[in-house]
Amino acid sequence: MSDTEMLRPRLTTLEAAWVIARRDFVAVLFSRAFLFFLLGPLFPVLIGGLAGSIGGQVQRNAVSIEVGLALSPEDNAAMIAAADVLRPQLAGQVPELRVIEEAAQDSTFDARAFLDQRRGNYAAILTGSLAAPQLVGTQGQIDRWSGPIELIAATASGASPSQFPTATSEVVATSAASERTNRVRTAQAAQMVLFLLTMLLGGMVLSNLAEEKGNKIIEILAAALPMDAVFMGKLFAMLGVSFVGIAVWGTVGWAFWAIAEDAIVTVTQTNFRELPGPAVGWPMFMVLGLIYFTMAYLLLGSLFLTIGAMAASVREVQTLSMPVTMLQLMVFFLSAANIGQTGTPLELGAIAFPLSSPFAMLARAALEETLWPHALAVLWQGVAVILLVKGGSLLFRKRVMKSGGAGRAKKSWFARRAPAPSQPSSGPAE
Amino acid sequence: MAVSDHNKVGNHAEGFSAIPADARPLAIEARGLVKSFDGTRAVDGVDIFVPEGAIYGILGPNGAGKTTTLRMLLGIIDPDEGVRRVFGHDRPHDIGRLIGYLPEERGLYPAMKCIEAIAFMGALRGLPLKEGRKRAAELLERHELGYAADRQIRQLSKGMAQTVQLLGTLVHRPRLVVLDEPFSGLDAINQGKLELMIRALAEDGVTVIFSTHVIHHAERLCEGVAIIAGGKVPYAGSVEAARDRIPAQVRLETRAREGAWLSALPADTRRNGDFFQFPLPESGIEPLLRQLIEGEAGILSLSIERAGLHDAFVAIAGEAAARQLEADNQGNRA
Repeated sequence: MSDTEMLRPRLTTLEAAWVIARRDFVAVLFSRAFLFFLLGPLFPVLIGGLAGSIGGQVQRNAVSIEVGLALSPEDNAAMIAAADVLRPQLAGQVPELRVIEEAAQDSTFDARAFLDQRRGNYAAILTGSLAAPQLVGTQGQIDRWSGPIELIAATASGASPSQFPTATSEVVATSAASERTNRVRTAQAAQMVLFLLTMLLGGMVLSNLAEEKGNKIIEILAAALPMDAVFMGKLFAMLGVSFVGIAVWGTVGWAFWAIAEDAIVTVTQTNFRELPGPAVGWPMFMVLGLIYFTMAYLLLGSLFLTIGAMAASVREVQTLSMPVTMLQLMVFFLSAANIGQTGTPLELGAIAFPLSSPFAMLARAALEETLWPHALAVLWQGVAVILLVKGGSLLFRKRVMKSGGAGRAKKSWFARRAPAPSQPSSGPAE
Repeated sequence: MAVSDHNKVGNHAEGFSAIPADARPLAIEARGLVKSFDGTRAVDGVDIFVPEGAIYGILGPNGAGKTTTLRMLLGIIDPDEGVRRVFGHDRPHDIGRLIGYLPEERGLYPAMKCIEAIAFMGALRGLPLKEGRKRAAELLERHELGYAADRQIRQLSKGMAQTVQLLGTLVHRPRLVVLDEPFSGLDAINQGKLELMIRALAEDGVTVIFSTHVIHHAERLCEGVAIIAGGKVPYAGSVEAARDRIPAQVRLETRAREGAWLSALPADTRRNGDFFQFPLPESGIEPLLRQLIEGEAGILSLSIERAGLHDAFVAIAGEAAARQLEADNQGNRA
């Protein structure tokens, strides 16, 4: 086969993007970075669990719900017994009661002075008798505990019923209010998942072109292919990588669920089988979720690719990571703030603004049944992706490919923003 | 293969013309290319015409605008003004499969195997990967690098990596090969191999353009050159014509150190040890010889040496720089 037969004069944009995407996809998939990418979601879970555990421990240590007893020994014992009786029915409403030893040994015990001296770890101290209990403590603690203490004292003195009638119940599947509330929860959860997925990819996309410049390969790509095809190829490669990641996480999650459903329900206190269904139904919601993830990724990815391409080095990319994460958070907050406010100017604004549009529309899918706005939104987001990619590649060609070496731009875009020290101007680029 | 005298061009801004008159179709045609960066003109009205099948050199000192010119020719960046055509196409990417490019900054993916790197570079130009791998294996064998086909780029020496990249530039069998400073970083042996490779390409009808600031490569290889200085092209044409722009140099050795004959030497004579060196007078050497003999200078040796491309380059680039300086000064005064 001769070259003339084999080769047309040029690759189409899609073919060109495919060449880049194929190489990047394989390279990332077989790199150590991909392993970290796969492990990435574990870190927030682990750290969240650790932080929660530590926080809980600190909370338990720091927040006292002990009420000290400074009654007569008999009254103290009666109070503790009554609290034990009430605790199964009132759970967290019943404080821990602890006898204050100093009060038992000192007939002139002064509860106010005891608390002023900050002795013990009591929220309040109960003095007096069962018939005339007196609670000593700060206003907040008295407001919090006076009711339960009165109930315990009444039970201890036999002034309240020791048996309560059992209420029968009839559960309805849903109500308008509860359905909307539940769907808002679904919308929030979906937005959060979308946000986490796009955030994980942000860093990888950001450093992508900076690494290409470091490898000095960028000029070869730019000479062979239109820059927008290079951008598209890189975006689609990372999208493919993210789909592999999602498939892996999904499979692991499903397997984990299959093995330990009961444990997961117990630990998370959530039965995921009973999660409220989105307005468009689960199958359509999943399809829309996939589409909006793709669009969110392409929109943010093309922006980050451009920002990263302007950076002269990986160090500059690291500096950029924080503002970029903040930008992602702002986009997320903009859409999260409008969940449930369908049709308000702010919600429509979040839908119209390309970067927040996928998040806002996914929330809509959870809350509203109408499908045609999704078609419009996806079209608009697609146009925005094309504009961002075109703009990014144009900026790249204008700003980056301008000096003797593509990998050693004399002054990066960011560096030019800062006032330069006075020095003789360099000659024209080679 | 000689470039027609009609192809003598120069700084069109100073009255030189750029008229392509070779019978061969043009591989590259650039007229009045201008490119500015941050208000500085990196390239200022460059005209270049390269016939198909020629070996053409772009010569210039560092920072002259060579790379920017090549990037404009290849469509990596667009000129602010002017026209460029590659094989008659305004947009070089439209015929990307006909072009091979080796940038000044050598770049390969460090983790890629040699054979894959070459095939990938072919794929960028539209060569199917399978065919690219096959050709890459053949090319590596032919250049005695077959043993390294499955080695990662990061495991290669700099020279080997450079050869691999050059093979990647050629794997799709382009009709135009553009090499930016191809000899830099190569040892003498590899420079010789590269010269042979460039000649072989030209013999196969491939147009080769390369930039360099080391003149002797261009002198040995090129039929035409463009000298770029300060973003302008003060000279473009054949190597022979460039050499003819500088008068031949006379080198004279005499027994006598002093005498009346000294006054017969041209005013711009330089003394270098026992030798006198001066441009060949327009009247020829005979009248001067007569005066030296009559003045009993005692001629020990006398040689007339034709100027090399290096001398021509230094003179032309120097003149251009001086003109630029003058123009800048006038601009500042105005």
